[in-house]
Amino acid sequence: MQRLLFALPLLLAVIIGGFAVWGLQGGRDPSDIPSALISNPVPQFDMGALEGAGVPGLKTEDLKGQGLTLVNVFASWCGPCRAEHPILTRMVEEQNLRVVAINYKDKPEDAVEWLDELGNPYERIGYDYTGRGGIEWGVTGVPETFIVNDDGVVVHRFAGPIVGDGKRRFQEAVDAALGGS
Amino acid sequence: MKRLLLILCLVATPLYAVEPDEILDDPVLEERARAISADVRCVVCQNEPIDSSDAGVARDLRLIIRERLVAGDTDQEVFDYLVLRYGDFVLFNPPWKPSTYALWIGPFAILALGFIAVFITLYRKRGAVAPSLSAEEQKKLDALLKDKS
Repeated sequence: MQRLLFALPLLLAVIIGGFAVWGLQGGRDPSDIPSALISNPVPQFDMGALEGAGVPGLKTEDLKGQGLTLVNVFASWCGPCRAEHPILTRMVEEQNLRVVAINYKDKPEDAVEWLDELGNPYERIGYDYTGRGGIEWGVTGVPETFIVNDDGVVVHRFAGPIVGDGKRRFQEAVDAALGGS
Repeated sequence: MKRLLLILCLVATPLYAVEPDEILDDPVLEERARAISADVRCVVCQNEPIDSSDAGVARDLRLIIRERLVAGDTDQEVFDYLVLRYGDFVLFNPPWKPSTYALWIGPFAILALGFIAVFITLYRKRGAVAPSLSAEEQKKLDALLKDKS
């Protein structure tokens, strides 16, 4: 019994040290909020078309029974969106993926100009001027990209631009979703 | 100068992020909205409640909270609405459920362990003092004391 008590400080140090090591480990971002949507059906929403973009708007039903779909939330005022756009565009073209968009808190003319300049890979664009649609999706900022499967269930949420290491992680998520559905 | 500063300090009111156009006409509802938004974490600047956050999403959420209250939602319904979209993460007050048992009970469990440790230590000490001298020891002690005097 006495011996056991002597081992107690060591045990405590190991437990606390273990937490510290776990906390310092790379790849774990405490500010990365888990999405409440994962494994849930796409929220109910109905967004009008982005005027001048030449593609229809986006609503819940557009994401059901259409195969794997990427839902990219973008805005013309968002720098990282510009950075990820060519990468995302190439990705969907090379891998023949379906991508739709939510244009978040943007002016239509700015968004259309942005798409004219950078190209429009989106099959549909839902125009969300007020950001209300974004809230239905639990969007915390742009860019954000969701992966929706054939059943209209959200399988992954990627916050931040799909560049650099983010591209690799996003690709992994896409591959996992393709493998699963 | 000092006096002026003092007066300015007294006049200054705490700064809130809530903008005038958000405030509801009904003071009771507004009070509830403020109480709720003080308990909701801003999803952009994560250690700040939306009540004091200037982030765009925080403002949107404040407006939604007020909208829902005006529509007749209870406080709980408003929280549920937010949790459905942003998860438990937005609550500064995590709910009581299996995945948070450790969080809620942990501190008390550690406190209890501490108390137990303290009690054990104290009990031991008292026990150590208690044994009285044997007859022989007493005799020795008496002899020693006698020698001294």
